[in-house]
Amino acid sequence: MKDLKTPKQLRKEGWKGLNLKREPFESRSLGNSVFSGMVWLLALIAAIPLLSIIYMLLKHGGARLFSELLPVLTELPPAGFEMGGGIGPAIIGTLVMVAIASTIAVPMGILTAISIKILGKESKLARGAHFTAKVLTGFPSILSGVFVYAVLVIKFGYSALAGGVALAVLMLPTIIIAAEEALGQVPKRMTDAAYGMGCTPTQVMWKITLPTALPGIMTGVMLAVAGAAGESAPLLFTALFSNYYLSHMNEPTASLSVLIYNFSGMPFDNQIELAWTASLVLVIIVLIFNLFARAISRKKN
Amino acid sequence: MSRALFKEKIGKGITRPPGNSEIYGDVGFRFFSIACAWSIILLILFILWMIGKQAIPAMEKYGFGFLTGTTWDVNKQQFAVLPEVWGTLYSSILALIWGGILGVTIAIFLTQDFIHAKIASVFRLTVELLAAIPSVVYGLWGIYVLIPLLRPVAHWLHEHFGWFPFFSTELSGPGMAPAALVLAVMILPTVAAISVDAFRQIPAKVKEATYGMGTTRAEAIFKVLLPTASSGLLAALVLGFGRALGETMALAMLIGNSNQISLSWFSPANTLASLMASSFPEAGGVEVQALMYAALVLLLITFLVNLGGLYIQQLTMRKFEGSK
Repeated sequence: MKDLKTPKQLRKEGWKGLNLKREPFESRSLGNSVFSGMVWLLALIAAIPLLSIIYMLLKHGGARLFSELLPVLTELPPAGFEMGGGIGPAIIGTLVMVAIASTIAVPMGILTAISIKILGKESKLARGAHFTAKVLTGFPSILSGVFVYAVLVIKFGYSALAGGVALAVLMLPTIIIAAEEALGQVPKRMTDAAYGMGCTPTQVMWKITLPTALPGIMTGVMLAVAGAAGESAPLLFTALFSNYYLSHMNEPTASLSVLIYNFSGMPFDNQIELAWTASLVLVIIVLIFNLFARAISRKKN
Repeated sequence: MSRALFKEKIGKGITRPPGNSEIYGDVGFRFFSIACAWSIILLILFILWMIGKQAIPAMEKYGFGFLTGTTWDVNKQQFAVLPEVWGTLYSSILALIWGGILGVTIAIFLTQDFIHAKIASVFRLTVELLAAIPSVVYGLWGIYVLIPLLRPVAHWLHEHFGWFPFFSTELSGPGMAPAALVLAVMILPTVAAISVDAFRQIPAKVKEATYGMGTTRAEAIFKVLLPTASSGLLAALVLGFGRALGETMALAMLIGNSNQISLSWFSPANTLASLMASSFPEAGGVEVQALMYAALVLLLITFLVNLGGLYIQQLTMRKFEGSK
């Protein structure tokens, strides 16, 4: 502090000799460097799990997947000490249940967003529905399984349909929130112009608002689908599991995620290897939808 | 439009009021979307009602003792969830501390000019991909990578610091530490994403004024930016906590499913969600009712935590609304 000068001194002696440079070993700079170092370190640590997971997936799952692509993707899962086998029924099961969930959740989610954002702006219903969607985003996925168990499974037994409904409950909030945001970004002058032409609200919706908001809505839908494909907790006791291909909607169904869960705890190397292979396939499916979502939203910008 | 065409059309009416089908279509469509909005509200009430209805017998039978007892025994028909509630909260709090520190640090790393904006967006994508990886895959990774990796570390800690309550047992396989670590990685993207938003909401002039005072980056972040973003960061942490509470699969695979209350990081434990995941498929009769009661407890806890998070987030938004 000794070279700090009062304004009076400064005026007298001029600015000459005043050192405004920051010395690298002064305590403040040192503290700053330590802090920056810590931030770098922690950021790199955070990247380790992802890299490790990708490495393990490719090492354990990739070897099996790429050497026996066809049998792995089509054959039935192996029993006990059996060698070989595949994950065919699980892939089909996951795709079917996600499709069921999407047919329920996509139209319902978009229509709810429309009535929140466009039809009933600021109404009590809109606020209530928006709040519900927000609360549902933090809804533990297993509770959706518990709910469907109480509603459907107790009466009709385990089925692909029940699994699809459980996934739909989880997809809804993601779709609603994304669609609301996309609808809110449609410029008002466009809809005003359409109303000025004498369009009914529905015509404005179908011809102007929805096409304009479509990329944003699709992004939300893709993210919801990706999330649903990776879910396993709600499927554990709604779709259960099955070793065979799906033949009816009302019977237990295999899914990739439940297969991974079941096989991960088995004492057989073949099953564990298949669990890694199924994980790789599942991650690829999820990433494809994620990248789709990203590509769509980038196009919009 | 050319005059001739206009003349030709005007007789047939170039403008006309909407026809009957359009009016009915309009009314129908509006009715349908409003019905959908209602159904989403009814859905959550229906969920509460269905789970509640199934849980009523257990609630009458066990009452509040359900929350304070420690045994879950199907043969004796004794059900209580204190160890699960403890495990749920303890694992989530540990995950929140580890994942929260990492998440907020990453948000600082991405928003405070540590790296070029383009590299930051690549890094951001990496963190977002973490969110996309399914929970079971984390579980599998935890079993075959994290637990073998942790075992020697846990052994050393137990050997040398065994008197410390956190390290008081050996890690035999699954346990609290691997579960909470994986949970921390899983909530990291949530915390990071909301924290990044919180930092972005700070008006640029605040940052400019801070650096204009001659602060170093560390001082600017600790003394001005963190306090300014604090409510947004709090919302990030609370919402991350909410996610951790409801997480199921990775925990069911890693925590060991053993009903005990322990401070040790290396002893197996249980959580409400993994109790449901492991017992529901084989449960029947009375156990299902008890599980429904447990589901209701979990629903209540996550609901309250999420509500708190959303409320804080709302407050933050309002705080910055006028200043942009």
